[in-house]
Amino acid sequence: MAQIALPKNSRVVEGKAWPKPAGATRLTEFKIYRYDPDGESNPRTDTYWVDRDDCGPMILDGIIWIKNKIDPTLTFRRSCREGICGSCAMNIDGLNTLACTKAMDDVKGAIKIYPLPHMPVVKDLVPDLTRFYAQHAFIEPWLHTETPSPEKEWKQSPEDRLKLDGLYECILCACCSTSCPSYWWNGDRYLGPAALLQAYRWLIDSRDEATGERLDALEDPFRLYRCHTIMNCAQVCPKGLNPAKAIAEIKKMMVMRQV
Amino acid sequence: MAANANANSGAAPAVNGRAYPITDHTFDVVVVGAGGAGLRATVGCSQAGLRTACISKVFPTRSHTVAAQGGISASLGNMGPDDWRWHMYDTVKGSDWLGDQDAIEYLCKNAPAAVYELEHWGVPFSRTEAGKIYQRPFGGMTTDYGKGIAQRTCAAADRTGHAILHTLYGQALRNSTEFFIEYFAIDLIMDEHGRCRGVVALKMDDGTIHRFRAHQTILATGGYGRAYFSATSAHTCTGDGNAMVLRAGLPLQDMEFVQFHPTGIYGAGCLITEGARGEGGYLTNSEGERFMERYAPSAKDLASRDVVSRAMTMEIRGGRGVGRGKDHIYLHLDHLDPKILHERLPGISESAKIFAGVDVTREPIPVLPTVHYNMGGIPTNYHGEVLTKRDGDPDTVVPGLMAIGEAACVSVHGANRLGSNSLIDLVVFGRAAGLRAADLVKPGESHAELPAGSADLSLSRLDRFRHASGGTPTAELRDRMQRTMQSNCAVYRTGDVLAEGQKLIHDVWRGTADVKVTDRSLIWNSDLVETLEFDNLITQAVVTMEGALNRQESRGAQAREDFPERDDKNWMKHTLAWIDEARHAVTLDYRPVHTYTMTNEIQYIEPKARVY
Repeated sequence: MAQIALPKNSRVVEGKAWPKPAGATRLTEFKIYRYDPDGESNPRTDTYWVDRDDCGPMILDGIIWIKNKIDPTLTFRRSCREGICGSCAMNIDGLNTLACTKAMDDVKGAIKIYPLPHMPVVKDLVPDLTRFYAQHAFIEPWLHTETPSPEKEWKQSPEDRLKLDGLYECILCACCSTSCPSYWWNGDRYLGPAALLQAYRWLIDSRDEATGERLDALEDPFRLYRCHTIMNCAQVCPKGLNPAKAIAEIKKMMVMRQV
Repeated sequence: MAANANANSGAAPAVNGRAYPITDHTFDVVVVGAGGAGLRATVGCSQAGLRTACISKVFPTRSHTVAAQGGISASLGNMGPDDWRWHMYDTVKGSDWLGDQDAIEYLCKNAPAAVYELEHWGVPFSRTEAGKIYQRPFGGMTTDYGKGIAQRTCAAADRTGHAILHTLYGQALRNSTEFFIEYFAIDLIMDEHGRCRGVVALKMDDGTIHRFRAHQTILATGGYGRAYFSATSAHTCTGDGNAMVLRAGLPLQDMEFVQFHPTGIYGAGCLITEGARGEGGYLTNSEGERFMERYAPSAKDLASRDVVSRAMTMEIRGGRGVGRGKDHIYLHLDHLDPKILHERLPGISESAKIFAGVDVTREPIPVLPTVHYNMGGIPTNYHGEVLTKRDGDPDTVVPGLMAIGEAACVSVHGANRLGSNSLIDLVVFGRAAGLRAADLVKPGESHAELPAGSADLSLSRLDRFRHASGGTPTAELRDRMQRTMQSNCAVYRTGDVLAEGQKLIHDVWRGTADVKVTDRSLIWNSDLVETLEFDNLITQAVVTMEGALNRQESRGAQAREDFPERDDKNWMKHTLAWIDEARHAVTLDYRPVHTYTMTNEIQYIEPKARVY
């Protein structure tokens, strides 16, 4: 039988319970995964209490408040704080999402935060996304044209432009790919929902002239066909996109070019 | 590849008795920053055959260009007649005649080609029925030198910056750019002749030091909105390149000009694009009045940003603010066709829902003028070369150093930037910097030895903060700085308040000596990086306050209640500010505004009263 328990040094243990802020009346409890790559110790979950009267409403406001007021060593990525840069993707209350657009009040009980699942952890909530980015680069996310460029813009009808809606808005936060069980198992060979959503974004762009080559690059038992329509990707996407549908469309294109 | 490229030199200068190993890299060009300007310059340099490194503290698509919403200006004329000269006139007027007209001519003339290039690279612009790039009205953009309202701002719905940044990143991949991602640039390497020789950076995921030697160093590090308490800017907008320039003994220009965007979401500070008003949105006060009609009878809600922000502030001061505290203003989109909102403003509809709990099809959005953009920055010419004033020459080029994007002050925005002129600034001058680098550098040209101790400034700074064990956490110092800037250097300014602000901000600066850093690790030490960023912000905050106190006139974003008029006789000049870190002192001087154009295709536009 396969061993399904985590190795001993990877088991997450109960960490430090930080004191409640003095004088606060409205408190929210956070339980946050911590991993210190410098030491030998196991990952742990630390408990913090956030003073809601001194803090903005979003989960990101909460963890920034903790970093500013309680524990400056707490480590996470963040930038735009308005859901467009994709930095603060993490697993909150069991679902991958952006900390900046998820409100504390939308979580019942203690707010449990872990890094994006099944990625190497650099420190605390910072995963190593190198492979994820390489997969995005693999689909060649740029316009391929053979025809000499016009003097002005390539013409595109509003109807053709509409086909890019729901695709180009991806912020590469990796919430979808890291929520996909198929990606967990075969992330080294399966491109994952984020990269495939972008593959379809260029396949369906009326200006692109490399449809055949793009499909050739995806014609592989793993790169494309490891999608088993589990649909976690569509469920968690913080931008409301549907990578599973895009993948299904690519599979359809594969079939159509055979007939 | 040079023989010593990427060599690990092993032993390293000891700082405070501690050694930091240094990894050396040698490139033709090193670009610091991977936003719109940095990526465009990187692509240009790569295409010219120059071996180019692009260093960024965040993954490229996380750069703040991604948050630009409304669009990118260029006189394509897709929606009606347009002319780059009209665009130039609007930009000069928007700048309140502080912009350099040779640079503005370069910007506006090259804008259409830059937009077509982006389109050819794949940007998913919204389209007209004829299949052309859709263009919307934006503040201050007119036809025929102010006579009509122009539709000049090219849009990809309200996610134009996102669409452009992701496309530029794709082009950088296509050109096999050598990225150094999550490297935090600490300081420039300057030699004894005043030439910039490269930059030293901290690799965040393992704490190692990397020294990049290059013939040209291009700073594309963005603005410093986070010097203020409430800003539309991302947490990472800390103006790191500006601060590196100050520490290198070079000046920053026009730092007192800080743009407040009229429509930041009340409380959260998140941006609601000016395109919302471009598509027909309008502002109201507590009496339900469309008050902009009083302040700007002709352009109304599409007046320039400084004008609208001042009008909103006057309404709130006059007791006509909305909400429980009567301290903000409403932006109405509820009269617009929901189909238009869905098609052209989907992003802000979502933001309003998330951050203000507002359904834009039914209710107004609570908004407030919010810090948004820095017109000031590193002085450059229109090739992107950094300038300083030396021996009386105000246009002395600093060899080996360029600056582009929000970090730079070319100056095309002068005292006030027009909406959608920043995205075009990024790509036009990003391209210009690439062209200039290609002129100045021969691919693979040999490098002189770096000066002795080239990394000392960086290492001593890093080491000091890494082991800082004072009594004031970084977050507390940052909070004091942000609150001081917010209360003492805001939309309206007076001598008394600025003088008080000057004292307060210098207190914070001196307080940096007492900073406390808790995290002592080297792997992803964000406490350390935030401290380096704070140290970058505070010097910029200081020169901003000093510049505002010094400039005794009102021009663009600098609105002095004690000097309400523009004073062209005494103040039509750029402020230059140097710092002396050891003495915590600021020196100010001036550069003349370029009162001439680049070519004979347009005449110098004479100053006149600025009415919208």
